[in-house]
Amino acid sequence: MKKLHVVGQRVPMHDAAAKVTGRAQFTDDLVLPGTLYGKLVRSPIPHGRIVRIDPSRALALPGVKGVVTGKDIPDRVYGIVPKAKDEHALARDKVRYIGDEVAAVVAADPETAEEAARRVHVEYEPLPAVFDPLEAMREGAPLVHEALGTNASASIRKEFGDVDAAFARSDFVFEDSFYSQAVNHAPLEPHAALAAYDPQDGDLTLWSSTQIPYFLKRNLATTLLVPEHKIRVIKPKVGGGFGQKIDMFAKDFCACWFARRLGRPVKFVYEREEAFQCTRQRHPMYLTVKTGVRRDGTILAQEITAHADGGAYNSTAPLMITLSCFFVMIPYRIENLRYEGYHVYTNKPVGGAMRGHGIPQARFAIERQIDLIAARIGVDPAEMRVRNAIRAGEPHPAGFVIHTCGFAESVREAARAIGWAEKRGKLPYGRGVGLAGASFPSGVANMAHLASGAVVQLLREGRVNVLSGAADIGQGAETVICQMVAERLGVPMEDVHITAADTGTCPLDAGTFGSGVTVRAGNAALRAADDVRRQLFAFVADRLEVDPEDLEAADRRIWVRGSPTRGMTLAEALRAYQYDDRPVPIVGRGSWIPPAEQPTTLLTENGNFSPNYSFMTQAAEVEVDPETGKVTVLKMVTAHDCGQPINPMLVEGQLEGSILGGMGQALYEDSTCIDGQQYNPSFLDYGLPTAMEMPEVEGIHIDTDDPEGPFGAKEAGEGTQLAPAPAIVNAIADAIGVEFDRLPVTPERVLDALRKKRSEGGAGPGG
Amino acid sequence: MDGKRILELHVNGDLYEVACAPNTTLLEALREKALLTGTKRGCDLGACGACTVLLDGEAVLACLTLAFEAEGREIRTVEGLSEGGELTPLQRAFVDHGALQCGFCTPGFLMSATELLSENPRPTRSEIQRALAGNLCRCTGYVKIVEAVEAAAEGAREGGGS
Repeated sequence: MKKLHVVGQRVPMHDAAAKVTGRAQFTDDLVLPGTLYGKLVRSPIPHGRIVRIDPSRALALPGVKGVVTGKDIPDRVYGIVPKAKDEHALARDKVRYIGDEVAAVVAADPETAEEAARRVHVEYEPLPAVFDPLEAMREGAPLVHEALGTNASASIRKEFGDVDAAFARSDFVFEDSFYSQAVNHAPLEPHAALAAYDPQDGDLTLWSSTQIPYFLKRNLATTLLVPEHKIRVIKPKVGGGFGQKIDMFAKDFCACWFARRLGRPVKFVYEREEAFQCTRQRHPMYLTVKTGVRRDGTILAQEITAHADGGAYNSTAPLMITLSCFFVMIPYRIENLRYEGYHVYTNKPVGGAMRGHGIPQARFAIERQIDLIAARIGVDPAEMRVRNAIRAGEPHPAGFVIHTCGFAESVREAARAIGWAEKRGKLPYGRGVGLAGASFPSGVANMAHLASGAVVQLLREGRVNVLSGAADIGQGAETVICQMVAERLGVPMEDVHITAADTGTCPLDAGTFGSGVTVRAGNAALRAADDVRRQLFAFVADRLEVDPEDLEAADRRIWVRGSPTRGMTLAEALRAYQYDDRPVPIVGRGSWIPPAEQPTTLLTENGNFSPNYSFMTQAAEVEVDPETGKVTVLKMVTAHDCGQPINPMLVEGQLEGSILGGMGQALYEDSTCIDGQQYNPSFLDYGLPTAMEMPEVEGIHIDTDDPEGPFGAKEAGEGTQLAPAPAIVNAIADAIGVEFDRLPVTPERVLDALRKKRSEGGAGPGG
Repeated sequence: MDGKRILELHVNGDLYEVACAPNTTLLEALREKALLTGTKRGCDLGACGACTVLLDGEAVLACLTLAFEAEGREIRTVEGLSEGGELTPLQRAFVDHGALQCGFCTPGFLMSATELLSENPRPTRSEIQRALAGNLCRCTGYVKIVEAVEAAAEGAREGGGS
């Protein structure tokens, strides 16, 4: 294995010092003279026609500079998935959920803007509303978007093999239903946008807390009717996203709208309540899983039906339901599979991409059912998972190309680390262990517009500049890209500087979603670095009278492999290069798009989904207090195959964050929505885990080396948030003998279940 | 219209004269008037801890503190932790241990942890978790934050200075 100097090291984030000193600038930290402040006017009803909007009382307030409504803006819908665009920046004819934007105001200060928003008078004609996706699928249900003719705005149906024949020859067939709740991403930084406009040259600049600067630019151009080349989107530091900052939001559009009209900078910052209720959330989902097995636990067939509660608009609807479908196809070998899934409109907060994006819900259902089946037929749940695990290089029913797969090993390692053999079924009443498995793509292949570009400049003094489209939202994308470039050019981290996610100067990248940045933007940066290296090495090789292939570079030195004294420092090489009348800086460029052997349009055809796939198993040990119903997670083990980590410390950070995120979904979090009204849009009532809930965490790295990933890397950003919830709920079953089929497992639900079990004459301690 | 008067706020050893209304919060005064944007607004309701600052050494939530309450007292924000550009051992520990990702909650954690270590230089893990229970983080899962505070305490114990 080649020795690496920077890649594979626990390098702190390149901007960590700025973050710990308060110098790091997030969107609301940016100060421009003359800034005006905006607020949105939102619907208080879940469904209704807009009859009349009267802004006069708002306009009469001193300090108010403007009001805009849906009627004033171009009739252009937008959305992150082109075929599913259904949202206007401000509602035009009707409102579709409590919080839907109908107007915006700008004023000299935030307090005046807030008062002005209250003074905009809106009359609505309420319409019947629908709050449940199963209700919304029924004949005669109110239509959230009439023109579509149905509330099922996206669906997917896939079938492989002969499912019915496989069920017929199964020893056992089981069908179980599950429900996964609405969860909020809750990034600590609320959504924000700052727009500035130069009236002389017509250039619009938007700083936005976003995960998708380039898509945002495109959506702004479409909705503002401004040419794309006149819009520049810059991503400052972003305080977390987890998917909630994918999409254009009213704050982006309205900041730009007012900046262009008033010629002054305009800032919109959402309140926490707006971030909770009026941006995005994880789709609640009903799932039914029917599985046919042999008596040894081998899965012969599986049939899954899923209904996702989409809320009032699509956002990523077709992509979410497609991911949910395709990712039941790994990590287990399921040769006969039927999946039918629907994304259904309701008059509620909007579902969108959230870490895992449709897959955690499906994984909850499938991993819970594996444990249920294992118990019913008398096999060990860990063994059942290993028995059904796919392996690298096997042909795959949907055409996935899996070069590396550490799944079976991850199950064994997670089981070992949690003490499975000693603990499962053997701990005292109230304590238990459980595990669950998962897999996730490293970015998605074969989708349009997913190329990534990079430019690397090697300056004559040895400084390296990287231009990348990568949108770092705190996961460390910029840092790993710098590590990879530093490795390739043989310089230390501190010599590499990165400018990223500025659409005016940096090459394209699709954005931070689908766990694709390290693979996609990383590979682009590597190609650009290779371009620089090629140019420099050709020169140095000529000087040293060797082949460029014979050269190595590290620690600011270039030498002949095997003869370390034959070489020169990087400084010497660059000086000689310049004095040879060659142009400096040396500039390299690179682009990368996932390889496409067979075309896969996401929804319709089979084929390889992703350049590579991560695999993982989580195991949990829990303690349940039968008096209070409280579940304490004592320990979480995560055994993960993410290929070769570019930065093990950052990978651990992703895993640890995902574990707490999964715990929150399992036990504490629930965006409670009754008749369309969210009841807990604040950290006071929404159960975000705190440091008190932190369990002991053990991470185990399963070593594989992927040919597609840069330096053998695979994703680590989302996969680990797929399985903690079922692992915990499986552990609860081991602890108290109660099988939960819906999330979250709150103390109330535990006590209810225990009470019910007792009244049915069921087991208590010792039984 | 709203009875603003000039307040003298002592922040990080400097004097700031800012025009504040009676209901201006310390958070607003720091971010919008003194332009010290290191202290963050995560919820404005006192539930997330991102706005934690030290008032006479005691950790308080700036969004629940009125600016006039802070007059005449020593206010310390994240910008005032390090002197002359040198990171404190706590800040260094956060950097080296990967105790931050997006960095938005980090100033609040640093202020809470600074108060903890000044009162309890040898906290147990459980004491650290309890002291930081009012600071929410969505990125890290808290593991490396706790490890960094432990490391900073350990470093101080080994005579690393403060």
